[in-house]
Amino acid sequence: MSPAAEKDYAVQMRGISKYFGAFCALNNVQLSVEKGSIHALLGENGAGKSTLMNILYGLYQADTGEIIINGQRENIKNPNTAIKLGIGMVHQHFMLVEPFTVTQNIMLGMEKTRFGGIMDEAATRVEVQELSQRYGLYIDPDAKVEDISVGMQQRVEILKALYRGAEILILDEPTAVLTPQEIGELIHIMRKLAEDGKTIIIITHKLGEIKQSADYCTIIRRGVYIDTVDVQQVDETQLASMMVGREVKLTVQKEAAHPGPAVLDIQDLTVEDSRGIDRVRKLSLQVHAGEILGIAGIDGNGQKELIEAIMNMVPAKTGKILVQGKEIQNHAPADTLDAGVSTIPEDRHKHGLVLDFTVAENFVIENFKKVPYSSRGILNLKEIRSHADELIEKFDVRPAGCAPNPVRGLSGGNQQKLIIAREVDNNPHVLIAVQPTRGLDVGAIEYVHKALIEARDQGKAVLLVSLELDEIMDVSDRIAVIYNGTIVDILEAAGADENHIGLLMAGGKKE
Amino acid sequence: MFSNILLAVTITFMYAAPLILTALGGVVCERSGVVNIGLEGMMVIGAFAGACVGYYSANPWAGFLAAGLAGGTLAVLHAVASVTFKANQTVSGVALNFIGPGLSLFLCRMFFDGATMSKPVPRQMPKLALGGVFSIDVTFIIAILFTALTWFILYKTKWGLRLRAVGEHPAAADTLGVNVYAVRYAAIILSGMLAGFGGASQSLAVVSLFTPTVISGQGFIAMAAVIFGKWTPHGAFLACIIFAFAQAMVVMLGGGASSISPQLLSMLPYLLTILVLVLFVGKAVAPKANGVPYEKGAR
Repeated sequence: MSPAAEKDYAVQMRGISKYFGAFCALNNVQLSVEKGSIHALLGENGAGKSTLMNILYGLYQADTGEIIINGQRENIKNPNTAIKLGIGMVHQHFMLVEPFTVTQNIMLGMEKTRFGGIMDEAATRVEVQELSQRYGLYIDPDAKVEDISVGMQQRVEILKALYRGAEILILDEPTAVLTPQEIGELIHIMRKLAEDGKTIIIITHKLGEIKQSADYCTIIRRGVYIDTVDVQQVDETQLASMMVGREVKLTVQKEAAHPGPAVLDIQDLTVEDSRGIDRVRKLSLQVHAGEILGIAGIDGNGQKELIEAIMNMVPAKTGKILVQGKEIQNHAPADTLDAGVSTIPEDRHKHGLVLDFTVAENFVIENFKKVPYSSRGILNLKEIRSHADELIEKFDVRPAGCAPNPVRGLSGGNQQKLIIAREVDNNPHVLIAVQPTRGLDVGAIEYVHKALIEARDQGKAVLLVSLELDEIMDVSDRIAVIYNGTIVDILEAAGADENHIGLLMAGGKKE
Repeated sequence: MFSNILLAVTITFMYAAPLILTALGGVVCERSGVVNIGLEGMMVIGAFAGACVGYYSANPWAGFLAAGLAGGTLAVLHAVASVTFKANQTVSGVALNFIGPGLSLFLCRMFFDGATMSKPVPRQMPKLALGGVFSIDVTFIIAILFTALTWFILYKTKWGLRLRAVGEHPAAADTLGVNVYAVRYAAIILSGMLAGFGGASQSLAVVSLFTPTVISGQGFIAMAAVIFGKWTPHGAFLACIIFAFAQAMVVMLGGGASSISPQLLSMLPYLLTILVLVLFVGKAVAPKANGVPYEKGAR
């Protein structure tokens, strides 16, 4: 890193404002990033950090303000301009063509050719391997992207930017999909790139990673610039309160669990996917009344199929699923509900809500056939409305009185509150929560965690599936690690070691 | 017996040429992420333009080229609707299947004194006589060349890489500076030209004039061949040969001596198409972005 005395900025953004219609996404925001440093951009969901970076990368244009790259004022009209200025971006959702090889993905749009159009893949391949070795970005240049791990896909994305001569690298939420080990590797790679003089901006809301990797941190809250701090000078709690604008508790408060008998009992369950490949393999698991069992694992290790089998959305190939001793596998989805299993689904837009229906309608979407919400096939709208009003009040869904509004207009946090209210109101024996805090900000996350713990304290068996290991460690009483469709180990959450779990998630052996 | 086999091969290749050229158009279009159900309509306008220009110029090659031009022009409509205005691609394609035959019939009445069919062209596309009943249509040779060319462009050139990228993950291509709309426009127009050639291969080689029913489902059979051939040029080529063989069987077996009713026999190619679609559609993996209009900035 260059000495602080003479500051050499790679990126300066001054007075940036951006409106989407009447909504002000960014209001007079500034950002100064020193050359060769790792600079974190911290803010809650919707704070405007991605918008700011999309402006830097030319995907959006700012309404006001100026951008200075390496001392030159620049007008970045589109990603092509940004690429020419040496700016590269790794998007949160990878921009990779899955059936293409690693090399093809890297060369796309900047192909080396002979006779004006015939691709010279071999030459590209050599160059890619050189780059890969230089920065320790291990990849297989001939593997298809659909066959490689998420960690390697991310390295391909970084190589894509470096291949285009990026000197300034923007990483949008780079750790969201990685295991703790992969996160360690990524931080190592970022350091190496910075030592080589590259400037790195990471967008994140994970405080621990900022402390571990970044030199400086700029905080944005609701589109307004708050501060830029030297990461060494602050602690995580200070960062959190700057981000949220109030004191927040980073740890979940809960009493010890008082587990009862096993309510959900899964025995030797095997589930195959639509292509006939076993995704869940002879999996056995018990969830007891009054406990939260967290399933830790990397995306795609059978979590989705396990939950879908419990919900009876896909058939179980072999094995049993028992709820209070009653078999429910290979029944209709409604039978799962009737057996007392409620689910907060992973994708609230796809499986949790009908976005264009009203809040009131969404509240009875599982129970509209039952008295008092309908009788003889006719809906009792008055009853549905008063039921909604009651739950809106009880669970603090905002805005108050939103019962007749379409759900689409609610914020993500309030949509999630609606689902939680609906599922908890079913008074189930088993409550399943899949990625319940995905896309929510710190305040809403606190609420969701509290709701899960309350459900536990009322004696429900809670099954939590999350890709966020921190969440699993904070909320669960016991942690089951899933790998390749089976539970490889179950640990008490108290005293569990994050690195050990990370290793198990990646298929490492038990100690 | 041996001459029967040679005859079957001859007829199969003759019928295959229109299917192959059209199916290649389907491959190019769908690999760029645009469903083209309008192949049939583009074939019809090609068949008409081929016969009409072929008649007035007395040169089948001029007719063949005119057919490509006509198909490409009709395809522009599909491009404007489905790329620029992001209309539903199936609806837009269905519209082409009405416009193609309608326009052809209208123009036919204009150019041929109100008749619904053109006058026979003085010269057909040439055939290479290989002795006895065995001959190969030049259109089939053109189809082979275009198959090889399409394969080469798709897999060996940067334009092919970009086209396939646009069909799989347009946003990724866009962030790397590939113009998604331009690629799709080019692919759709190219597919129209190929379907136009396909139509002309029917009206200038299989028969020698345009009639309203000269194209009757070949465009849809070609679509089925695209799927059966897993969206690859060589796969579609082989699929078309199979379908063309079914058509040849209709001709061979329908020749009087057979006890099977000709009406039932002529169902054979269509039945085979349905059968193939039922058996293979579920398993084939289409380009991921096929049929999805690309919206910049949408995630």
